[in-house]
Amino acid sequence: MSVKHGLLALLCEGPRYGYELKSAFEARTGTTWPLNVGQVYTTLARLERDGLVARDGEDPEGHALYRVTATGTREVEDWWSQAVEREAPPRDELAIKLALAVGLPGVDARDVLQRQRTATVRALQTHTRKKKALPAGDTAASLVLDALVFAAEAEVRWLDHCEARLSRARNGAR
Amino acid sequence: MTTPVLELRGAARVHGSGTTAVHALRGVDLQVAAGELVAVMGPSGSGKSTLLAIAGGLDTATSGEVLVEGVPLSGLDGSGLAQLRRRAVGYVFQELNLLPALTAVENVALPLELDGTRARDARTAALRVLDELGMSGLAGRFPDDLSGGEQQRVAIARALVGERRLVLADEPTGALDSVTGEGVLELLRGRCDAGAACVLVTHEARLAGWADRVVFLRDGLVVDEARAEVLA
Repeated sequence: MSVKHGLLALLCEGPRYGYELKSAFEARTGTTWPLNVGQVYTTLARLERDGLVARDGEDPEGHALYRVTATGTREVEDWWSQAVEREAPPRDELAIKLALAVGLPGVDARDVLQRQRTATVRALQTHTRKKKALPAGDTAASLVLDALVFAAEAEVRWLDHCEARLSRARNGAR
Repeated sequence: MTTPVLELRGAARVHGSGTTAVHALRGVDLQVAAGELVAVMGPSGSGKSTLLAIAGGLDTATSGEVLVEGVPLSGLDGSGLAQLRRRAVGYVFQELNLLPALTAVENVALPLELDGTRARDARTAALRVLDELGMSGLAGRFPDDLSGGEQQRVAIARALVGERRLVLADEPTGALDSVTGEGVLELLRGRCDAGAACVLVTHEARLAGWADRVVFLRDGLVVDEARAEVLA
């Protein structure tokens, strides 16, 4: 998750102070990825060092405001124009667990699959309930929850696929 | 305790006999209360559709018992079952089976008319449901003049008309795109929130996410259940 680009994109709407950025980020992403305010200020310091943001005086309450610089604006434009790079898959505990479960005596891989399926569907139910509870018209937050819903659905489909493969293997089919 | 709208007690369904017998359902216990949306998931051949057919009296359990609003279906004769299917139970299938020669409102009113309701009253009830589903502007259209999503909503309206207390849906979103499909689930969810009981058979986890409980079938048996957490 690029907090750096998230904050820069928000600053393109106008100058803001740290806590304001934290709140705006969380409101826009449906509080799915909470930021701590320390993380926001650390990121702002780095962005300032790199010339992507600059201090922009204070608001009437004395909060230090930040604005995006021309370099920062170009950085955000680049971000929008590029696809998000997916890194090499991290070591996936679930995939490893299933791989080990297959063929190990005393472990029923189908039960391992089912426990995971139940847990993932339960997570899906929670995402769906959160989505249903959103105020009408909150498209931004809804999109973020959709991302979680579709990721969970993909996992269930993969589990279904694994189970079908296991059944075939068990029945001796190719 | 309130009587569940649907109750399966050790419901089993065997096709054929002897060595060629196929056990589609092997003794399933399930209760669905008013206001509850229960999704049923499982691989092909796990018994999902059989469970739904037995729950709605379209098929008969070979052993065990099925009760709708406390009434055992085994105690009903052919006409009793037909009446139950017309009045208390609504079905939504992947195949919509809308009659092309009838308008949307006529399609929706049909089950009530078949049950002896006067045509005018049936039409009023049909219009009310269509209105509830945001479809009143399309009431006079024929199925061929409706989009896939609109046709599916008409089919749902037909399943809901006349205050059905039990709605059974088998892969109700069919080939609809994801946003339209979600709209269909919202409708079913809304109906449950208004007091109906609903059983949804689906292979799409995203749709099952709308349910209060998700029951997993494997080889004709319930192997697990996911219950939605109550949000803080």
